[in-house]
Amino acid sequence: MLTVNNIEVVYSDVILVLKGLSLSCEKGKITTLLGANGAGKSTTLKAISGLLKSEEGEVTEGTIQFMGEKINGRDPEKIVKMGIFQVMEGRRVFEDLNIVENLRCGAYTRSDRAGVKQDIELVFNYFPRLKERKDSLAGYLSGGEQQMLAIGRALMARPKLLLLDEPSLGLAPLLVREIFRIIQKINEEEKTTILLVEQNASLALQVATYGYIMEMGKVVLDGPCEKLRENQDVKEFYLGIGEGGTKRSFKNAKHYKRRKRWLS
Amino acid sequence: MEFYIQLLISGLVLGSIYALVALGFAIIFKSTSVVNFAQGELLMFGAYFCFAMVVQYKVPWFWAFLLTLVFSLSLALIVERLILRPMIGEPVISIIMVTIGLSSVLRSIITAIWGTQIEIYEPPLFPDTTVMVAGIPISQVYLWSFGLAATLLALFGVFFKYSKAGVAMRATAFSNQVALSMGIPVKNIFALAWCIASVVSAIGGILIGSINGINIGLGHFGLKVFPAVILGGLDSIVGAALGGLIVGVLENLSDGALKSAFGLQGTKEVAPFVFLVIILMIKPYGLFGKKEIERV
Repeated sequence: MLTVNNIEVVYSDVILVLKGLSLSCEKGKITTLLGANGAGKSTTLKAISGLLKSEEGEVTEGTIQFMGEKINGRDPEKIVKMGIFQVMEGRRVFEDLNIVENLRCGAYTRSDRAGVKQDIELVFNYFPRLKERKDSLAGYLSGGEQQMLAIGRALMARPKLLLLDEPSLGLAPLLVREIFRIIQKINEEEKTTILLVEQNASLALQVATYGYIMEMGKVVLDGPCEKLRENQDVKEFYLGIGEGGTKRSFKNAKHYKRRKRWLS
Repeated sequence: MEFYIQLLISGLVLGSIYALVALGFAIIFKSTSVVNFAQGELLMFGAYFCFAMVVQYKVPWFWAFLLTLVFSLSLALIVERLILRPMIGEPVISIIMVTIGLSSVLRSIITAIWGTQIEIYEPPLFPDTTVMVAGIPISQVYLWSFGLAATLLALFGVFFKYSKAGVAMRATAFSNQVALSMGIPVKNIFALAWCIASVVSAIGGILIGSINGINIGLGHFGLKVFPAVILGGLDSIVGAALGGLIVGVLENLSDGALKSAFGLQGTKEVAPFVFLVIILMIKPYGLFGKKEIERV
């Protein structure tokens, strides 16, 4: 459905952030993109959604294809109309607008009023908590509710491909599980294809079917999530599991610390 | 007593026109975070264009009014496209300087075409006979102007609260980038903000012109709108409207009071700014301006 082919992204004409990144999303599946801070995950999403332009970034090489059409270089509003919607990192709800108005903004590119009304109910179905507070300003919602609103707002556009940028950011573990459960539900019920960028690797690898791991602007490893979960390097660096399937033992850490002391 | 009621009424009328122009000002600030120093000149251009239609070309008022609206729309679009759009992404202070430059350019164009004499609309837009309301004589011009301004303010209030474009404008005001990610065409929203600002200013210009006559000093009206907007909080549209009313009333009342008590002239010009300072000392964000929402 989405094919990113060997792209390079440059910010302000000089800073090379993505160096030949390729990935693809299969229709109706959840694909996840993992990596450390600064690996270029958010940049990848912005390259796809066209938001790079507003940050003086540019795709200089390679192509991004969505349902057979080349979309790099297009304006974000055209890309949203084609059915790609990005939920930006850090929730970014319109704080001065109330919940319903926020949802209506998500549906900006649509013109079927009745459908929009129906979808507001649909979003309230997924997130009953939003319905309880539908007239309050989004700025006064809790972090979890704001994240729900951000995802709900994205649903309003009826996207074919949903780009989620760290939905777990800054949320309590229990809330993170709830959000992920709903993301999975949306994927199953609405048949929305999802590209999920995450720091929380263990959860992301559980909900997704295919995963990419990127470092320094490149994909270094990819495969079906079951396989990635078994991969020794992934286990060690992303899941924090040592050899033999146990959690990394404290002994090793101590050993490392001791050695460092000896060095100094 | 009647004297003060008269002052109150003319203050309300003037205030409603302030409110209208302040609305335009606030819209531009809210959606593009640009302080538009050319607001008064947009107003003046509208007033003069209408003058040219009505007096010089003898166009009937109805059509002259519509033509003025079309003219100010196109003026806004041209200004936005040629001058402001290339500035998107530049620091806000440079854009503000550009609007100052724009104000002098517009002013010179007006002086070049129409000169600096005071002109009046002939025939007048509204009949200038007085009617008695609750025993107080009020000029019909005042009643009509107030009615028109209030109606427009109410219409815009509904527009921002309920219409798709209005909600999108408020969203853009909060964050351009997030609005962009919703598929809201932010550039068009900017253009729309300028169009609305220009149209309401032109209407304000025609109203004030039919009360006081038009001359090159009308541009100062833009400056007088500042206290109104800041009083209401720079980012609040309702606030801008109320700020306008308050400034109009205070200005007239204090002017009248000081004139009758001490024989002081010209308080009108400074009074709004004095009140502005006092109110800002008590409420630094203006009466309705929002502090950033903070969750605790």
